[in-house]
Amino acid sequence: MPIRTNHEPTSSEITPETLYVDRRAFLAAAGAIGAGAVAALSGMPSLAVAQHPQEPQAVGKPYGLQPDDKPTPWEDVTTYNNFYEFGTGKGDPSQTAGSFKTKPWTVRVDGLVNKPADYQLEDFLKPSVVEDRIYRHRCVEAWSMVIPWRGIPLADVIRRAEPNSKAKFVEFTTLMDPKQMPGERSGVLSWPYTEGLRLDEAQNPLALLAVGVYGRVLPNQNGAPLRLVLPWKYGFKSIKSIVRIRLTDATPKTAWNQAAANEYGFYSNVNPTVDHPRWSQATERRIGEFFKRKTLMFNGYAEQVASMYAGMDLRKNF
Amino acid sequence: MRDAEGIRESDLTIRSIREPKWFPAVLIVLCCVPGVLASGAMASDIIAHTRYFGSNPVKEGEHFLGEWTLRFIIASLTVTPLRQLTGWNWLAKHRRTLGLFAFGYLMLHWLAYVLLDVQLNWGDLVKDLIKRPYIMIGMAALLLMIPLALTSTRNSIRRLGGKRWNRLHMLIYPIAILGVIHFWLGVKKDITDPLLYGVCVAVLLGWRVVRWWSRREAPRAASLAGAP
Repeated sequence: MPIRTNHEPTSSEITPETLYVDRRAFLAAAGAIGAGAVAALSGMPSLAVAQHPQEPQAVGKPYGLQPDDKPTPWEDVTTYNNFYEFGTGKGDPSQTAGSFKTKPWTVRVDGLVNKPADYQLEDFLKPSVVEDRIYRHRCVEAWSMVIPWRGIPLADVIRRAEPNSKAKFVEFTTLMDPKQMPGERSGVLSWPYTEGLRLDEAQNPLALLAVGVYGRVLPNQNGAPLRLVLPWKYGFKSIKSIVRIRLTDATPKTAWNQAAANEYGFYSNVNPTVDHPRWSQATERRIGEFFKRKTLMFNGYAEQVASMYAGMDLRKNF
Repeated sequence: MRDAEGIRESDLTIRSIREPKWFPAVLIVLCCVPGVLASGAMASDIIAHTRYFGSNPVKEGEHFLGEWTLRFIIASLTVTPLRQLTGWNWLAKHRRTLGLFAFGYLMLHWLAYVLLDVQLNWGDLVKDLIKRPYIMIGMAALLLMIPLALTSTRNSIRRLGGKRWNRLHMLIYPIAILGVIHFWLGVKKDITDPLLYGVCVAVLLGWRVVRWWSRREAPRAASLAGAP
């Protein structure tokens, strides 16, 4: 099925993701085509043409999927987005984020660590193995998807930074650039968007720093070039377009919690027994399905994450 | 009649525009358009997985119908000020059409909520109704609208008498306010749209308050001025 796009594809969309994400793979691909820059350059456009019009196949290892979970179509994953930096409508990000510049991209890792540094995105990713993982995704608005992400474990990044003994939390910050992100000119949230995790949550093997989806480079509307994916928490915890990862000793302030503390807690773990004040969280609508599904505790990842919250009152720590 | 026969062409003002013959029929057809489109698009999206309403047709369609309910309420509230400003008294009889369409869209909005969104889960419906202020407010507006729809016939006006009928139909003022509050409390964070509807309702109700006030003051001012 051809994919309908509302805008000209940006260069990041038509560059094969493996080449963009991993320079070693880039060289290997260039070598396969015929070695040398000329062959690589001439080969790239034909690869792009062959690849782009196809509905991409979901690739990756399934994590915590239920027997009837099927990947949500690419079209829905890339056009139904909450990314308030590009507008509050679900369709706004895919319509307005096309020209967003994600290259070059610098990520700062600092705070209570022994090895603070500014990284170019390529160098930030290089030491880790990029993995494809299929996760369930549950939005706080009671809709859900199944998404094949591509990324690196957040725990890798934390470990490399060497947190010192005072570090208890991790704070994440989105790019602040109102010229490029029109939503940041409005007062809907206090910008830049920030999120936070307890250090042990950030070190959980499920926490992923994604750079791609469906085996492709992350489209801008999905949080390019680097976003968090926390499948056991409501979607808004999975902060997009990250420029800073800071280790702290105090609970980080988070964007939605600051906007409405009674509705969005620091933890925001998926929990069917604790309702949002304005709607039930017991069920969810899977995008593409008519009948509602029951929401699962920790979005189906209890086995991997429940122990982190043992003994906590999850009604209070919602 | 202001637009009596025999006036010279230079006397033709905006006040003398008569109702075009096609107006009633066109109005009804136009009023049906959003509802027909919404029903078709939702059915197609749900059954054939098209994306006229995007990826979440139930939510989007439900909200679409709710917004059109508010638009029709606002349209019906616009008739009287527009008539007073332009002198097009023939507009008055279409207020009922707009009001009945507002009720029709409200029913569609409610059906989308009960059948497609909550999917007849009675436990959830009851919980929504007792726990969630925006649902309570929406339901209150719906209940208040039922007597207005039931008394929309000419017969009812005669039975109730113009004065009582008019007083009953002033319920549309609180209904409009409740509708805006319902929308306002329902949005997640971006209040631009409910604010826009709120401004429209405030202006239209404000117009009535100002007119009522100036009419009450006018005779007194006149009598005061004539006192000495």
